[in-house]
Amino acid sequence: MTEPLHDVRLSVNGVVHQVAVPARRLLSDALRHDLRLTGTHVGCEHGVCGSCTVLVDGRPMRSCLMLAVSASDYEITTVEGLADEDGSLGPVQQAFKECHGLQCGFCTPGFLTTITAGLEENPSPTAEEAREMIAGNLCRCTGYQNIVASVLRAAELKAPQP
Amino acid sequence: MIGEKVQRVEDERLLRGQGRYVDDLVPGALEVAVLRSPHAHARIVELDLDPVLDVEGVVAVYTYDDLSGPMAEPLPLLIPHPALTQGRTQYALAKDEVNYVGEAVAFVVAESRYVAEDALALIRVTYEVLPPVVGVDAARRADRLVHDDVPGNVAARMEQSVGDAAAAIEAAPHRLSLDLTVERSASMPMEGRGTVARWDPDTKRLHVWSSTQTSTGLRAAVAAKLGLDLVQVDVITPDVGGGFGVKIMHPWPEELLVPMAAMALGRPVKFTEDRREHFISSAHERGQVQHVDVGFDDEGRLLGLSVQFWHDNGAYTPYGLIVPIITSTQLLGPYKPRAYSVVFESLYTNTVIVTPYRGAGRPQGVYAMERTMDAIAAYLGKDRTEVRATNFIQPDEFPYDQGLTFQDGRPLIYDSGDYPASLEKLKALVGWDEFESFRQEARASGRRVGIGLACYVEGTGVGPYEGAHIHVETSGKVKVAIGLTSQGQGHQTAFAQVVADELGVPFEDVEVTTGDTRRMPYAVGTFASRAAVMSGSAVALAARQTRAKALRIAAEALEVSEEDLEIVDGQVQVKGAPATKVALGTIAVLSNPLRYAFDEASKLATQFTVGDTSKPPIADDEEPGLEGKDFYSPERSTFASGMHAVIVETDPDTCEIKVLKYAVVHDCGNLINPLIVEGQIHGGVAQGIGGALYERMAYDEHGQLQNASFMDFLMPYSTEMPATIDIDHLETPSPLNPLGLKGAGEAGVIPSAAVFASAIEDAEGFPIHAMPISPSELYDLRLQHGHEEPS
Repeated sequence: MTEPLHDVRLSVNGVVHQVAVPARRLLSDALRHDLRLTGTHVGCEHGVCGSCTVLVDGRPMRSCLMLAVSASDYEITTVEGLADEDGSLGPVQQAFKECHGLQCGFCTPGFLTTITAGLEENPSPTAEEAREMIAGNLCRCTGYQNIVASVLRAAELKAPQP
Repeated sequence: MIGEKVQRVEDERLLRGQGRYVDDLVPGALEVAVLRSPHAHARIVELDLDPVLDVEGVVAVYTYDDLSGPMAEPLPLLIPHPALTQGRTQYALAKDEVNYVGEAVAFVVAESRYVAEDALALIRVTYEVLPPVVGVDAARRADRLVHDDVPGNVAARMEQSVGDAAAAIEAAPHRLSLDLTVERSASMPMEGRGTVARWDPDTKRLHVWSSTQTSTGLRAAVAAKLGLDLVQVDVITPDVGGGFGVKIMHPWPEELLVPMAAMALGRPVKFTEDRREHFISSAHERGQVQHVDVGFDDEGRLLGLSVQFWHDNGAYTPYGLIVPIITSTQLLGPYKPRAYSVVFESLYTNTVIVTPYRGAGRPQGVYAMERTMDAIAAYLGKDRTEVRATNFIQPDEFPYDQGLTFQDGRPLIYDSGDYPASLEKLKALVGWDEFESFRQEARASGRRVGIGLACYVEGTGVGPYEGAHIHVETSGKVKVAIGLTSQGQGHQTAFAQVVADELGVPFEDVEVTTGDTRRMPYAVGTFASRAAVMSGSAVALAARQTRAKALRIAAEALEVSEEDLEIVDGQVQVKGAPATKVALGTIAVLSNPLRYAFDEASKLATQFTVGDTSKPPIADDEEPGLEGKDFYSPERSTFASGMHAVIVETDPDTCEIKVLKYAVVHDCGNLINPLIVEGQIHGGVAQGIGGALYERMAYDEHGQLQNASFMDFLMPYSTEMPATIDIDHLETPSPLNPLGLKGAGEAGVIPSAAVFASAIEDAEGFPIHAMPISPSELYDLRLQHGHEEPS
């Protein structure tokens, strides 16, 4: 029995792709293996760790809990789409680099997308709010200290220059 | 650059989503799913694969009967030991019997993981379920056996002693006994295990990429098991999403079955572990039951220490006795026991195997020793820091021989340290002397707080060796290869710092490759806080060789003496006359006499251009190329140390345990990159907090792991961490290696169970003998100790 395929339009980082996928294909797998955007990582496949977080119309979403066939109508942003237009690191990426906010880098894309959305909602978080902003993502390397620092630094970098 | 907080070169690619982890590689590879035992202990009566064979998209199914030659033998016992008289390892696929939930039974290769998982559901296995042995108590009772031919479930019994501890305790003015337990936890990297392999039938070479902590170890295992010559196998470790010990275990069944299938099927094959699989089919650590007898004088000075413990090694012993040996030796920490005896039994249970997890037996040992220190202080009514200080090895007593044999088979001799200075720093950092007034203030407002401390010594940088190869390109770029792997420790940055300093080149020109057996086939692996010490030293030695060769060639070219030359910013120049110089890239050209000119630069080295025609183009004791290669092999380990203190608040009603302050004093000798070292400490502390307050492997009596998901196994999020971790460094360089380094990777996690037990005991006023401790366990303890139930 051949599994039926569905044509899906996926708009990712401003580029429109057409893929034919089985109904059960996870968005995370479609991004990683059909579109070869392997920056989105899968750490648990049950929506807890947050490594696979992407932005769906700007809002953070666990791509392991979403089916590719249900993603047609949205604009998706992955870690590959977070750099500035001139190709330099975006503010959240730059902040992670400056603050040593990553070690193995596996959970990092999920933090970067989550924080990108978080700073849209709250552009100047306190340390406590920064901690809350990342409280749904697991990291096993950093102990979060430098990730919290990265959130605060990213807010600084994003702030309009006086 | 050594000692500077250099930003990591790894980050640019990792932050852009351009990292390459195993599952990112070899698109289009066939994908694997593994049928795993649902029973903790059972005989396999029948395996029916018929329903799977016709499933579209299934390419192959393997069971034990499909294995042959070395693959049909049990997996290697990686670290044999004379005391391990009953070592047992599993088969790559279960033969007749399964001994833990999760043991691999069948291996399905299909066009996608989805199809492979569909196929698993169709395989019919008939099991005869046997009674399982779960937990140390059941293993010791031994009314059931894990392996029929292992009496008492005892894999090994090992004893070491210095002096007559029993007599010393008997004769001591004061004696105490403690019974302690520590539960299981696990490394739990965010990326699980994964392996992809491609067989090239044209060149008869096997390429394996694995998420491993040892590419050379895996290479040797794959070659041996698949009957290949070593030179036919390349193992490459790409970016690895965390290891923490679990990925030093090798070869995993899948690390052999994937290349085996790739060769048999003529197509690339990939295995990517999912989270549930990681819980039930990789490895755990920590679980021990301990009994301590101690004798001491009025000052709290140890006179005799006798420790017995029972170590749960799970169903098999592929990693030998490393974890319990470390517990039994590192237990001594910064103290002089005067007379010490330790005996442990390593016991089989029908649970996942136990292999090193960051700390590797030290957290348990430190827990036993520090609980003992606190018990002595409580008994004598002394300050806990005083009792510890009374027992410290003093700075003028190094090297200090503990009289035992360490995990590397070498004498347990501490090389350097300053424990009294560490303690003073810790007391200042945490505010030890001011704590009583804080406690009174807190108490006045109905809050309950406690302070604890714990000290440790960590043998780091175990041998046998590591190596480094440095190659200077004609462009002046410097390419460095080390054999051990990286799982996020920033090796590409730290070792580039070493090369920049030692060779005299710009940091930006140095590129470090790790864990690729094509570039450095001799290596051991990344574990035991050994990378900086071992590879850092090897890189320094190789850079010094490269430098010496560059100076030899430059001296000839510039017609000056080598002693008059220095290398600055990639230029070999005359000291005091820097205008007389030659670029390192040009030296690289000159080092390699050529017959053919490939480009403008290489014209300089062709046969009608250079050379003394009376001599051979390459001298007898030289080789072409500006290169250096060297190995570092230490006589014994170097001993880092540290002390942690924590202030906790325990909620009078809910029993919630909150960290108010966490302080770390850490001595890992000279630091290559303080940014990286502090990051390692942060991460270790987080894992320690998890292990002390939240994480446990909840096996039921049937051997089913009840919490095998991130929903139920509670790892700390940012909200479980204190707002800050206060860190102070002490640097007592190691005399054993060229850069004076000691390891730092594991330190942050080592004293956690001990320091939290100490602080919670202090807050609550009753002894804590079991870790981790949850709010409900604390609640039960309060009831047991006569606290009234909150109304």
